[in-house]
Amino acid sequence: MPPSRNNIASIVTLIVDYDAGNLASVKRACQQVGLAAEFCADPDRLRHAERVIFPGVGAAGSAMVSVKERGLDEALREVISNGCPVLGICLGMQISLDHSEENDTSTLGLIEGNVTRFRMDRPDLKVPHMGWNEVTVRQHHPVLAGIVPGDEFYFVHGYYPTPKDQSAVLATTNYEGDFACAIGKASYVGTQFHPEKSGRVGLRLLSNFAKWDGQC
Amino acid sequence: MLSKRVIACLDVRDGHLAKSVKFVNTQNIGDPVEKAHEYYIDGLDELVFYDITASSDKRNIMLDVVEAVASQVFIPLSVGGGVRSVGDATDLRLAGAEKINVNSAAVKRPELIDECSSAIGNQNVVLSMDIRKVEKSHEIPSGYEIVINGGRSPMGLDALAWALEGEKRGAGELVINSIDADGTKDGYEIGLTSMISQAVRIPVIASGGAGLPEHLYEVLTQGHADAALVASMVHYGDYRVSELKSYLHGQGLKMRMSW
Repeated sequence: MPPSRNNIASIVTLIVDYDAGNLASVKRACQQVGLAAEFCADPDRLRHAERVIFPGVGAAGSAMVSVKERGLDEALREVISNGCPVLGICLGMQISLDHSEENDTSTLGLIEGNVTRFRMDRPDLKVPHMGWNEVTVRQHHPVLAGIVPGDEFYFVHGYYPTPKDQSAVLATTNYEGDFACAIGKASYVGTQFHPEKSGRVGLRLLSNFAKWDGQC
Repeated sequence: MLSKRVIACLDVRDGHLAKSVKFVNTQNIGDPVEKAHEYYIDGLDELVFYDITASSDKRNIMLDVVEAVASQVFIPLSVGGGVRSVGDATDLRLAGAEKINVNSAAVKRPELIDECSSAIGNQNVVLSMDIRKVEKSHEIPSGYEIVINGGRSPMGLDALAWALEGEKRGAGELVINSIDADGTKDGYEIGLTSMISQAVRIPVIASGGAGLPEHLYEVLTQGHADAALVASMVHYGDYRVSELKSYLHGQGLKMRMSW
């Protein structure tokens, strides 16, 4: 009998492990907000998850190869269709769309749209977009609760999501123009920034996610 | 628009915080984990730890320090000092470092930059450069030379050329450390920082010489640096991190003011 979703303390959050970067910092931040977290590379276990974080840094091409090899793509689709709260971070968020310009990669297609490279046509803008930047909430969402104008999060990326449907855009950031820095649909939410490296506001977002029932 | 970053550098020897003046006469000035947490709470944007432990058998102490910091400080954490291989980089990353600084070992064997960036990603590899002003020459056309061993060994390598090579090999960021300015509190070396920052497309962190808030403003504007590294001016309590950020914000720079 799986533990009830209403009882946060009894839920183990699975951090999807697919060889995409250092996941330890995500786990440490989870622990800091009282979220019991374990790494998971097993699709069968992921299928039955109660709460999932899908992190990742690196390149979209090799990330998708690794996700598919382990059968994690189908398991992720299944767990999301069951209404399980899932948080994608950085590359983990990017591969939730249909396609990434990075390595011309077909990605998971959980959210309609593409991932686009910053054009780099302005010499004053450096790529990757690395550092702290302001996040403007465009749509109320339980996971983004408490973010106020002026709050900044930590970013490191050269590509950004362009969802087809504007209703999937939860928050934006300005770099080479405005881009979507948080996207969501049903029980899935994804951030381009790193909440685990964004100080108090980042921990607050993780704590919101810890309490979220997957409903908007 | 990105905010300019204030980064604190903590030199660690045998697990203790040390501050060097022109890389000699280091003295212990406290507990690095405590200091790191204090700065984090006070709005610091990023932390750099530099391991200056002399004997290699004490290197594991650094991993413990990194681990202790990473479990209570949730901002980017960069670690350097003695990184000679992908294995060293990976050990530090597992302990909780986000970014890895390479320095002397990369000067001796530049492939280290390529190897680290393909193993842990460009954005996580920081090329830290110790630089001394010299006469312009055929060998050193920029008039700035790379030095290693805490500034004692000139390498006959032009700093600008090395910065460009580092970028090409996959460094995601550069630390421009002026050995001449280090520890003087007379201000950053603006000419050097500006020259390199305008020649590369990756972010540049200015280091060495910060003593007054005005010095940070100068290097973040005239120097075109993306971030300013501070050490003794905050370690000895002359200024608080939040005070520096408020000053820079008041001068019109975009800073992260909510933490």
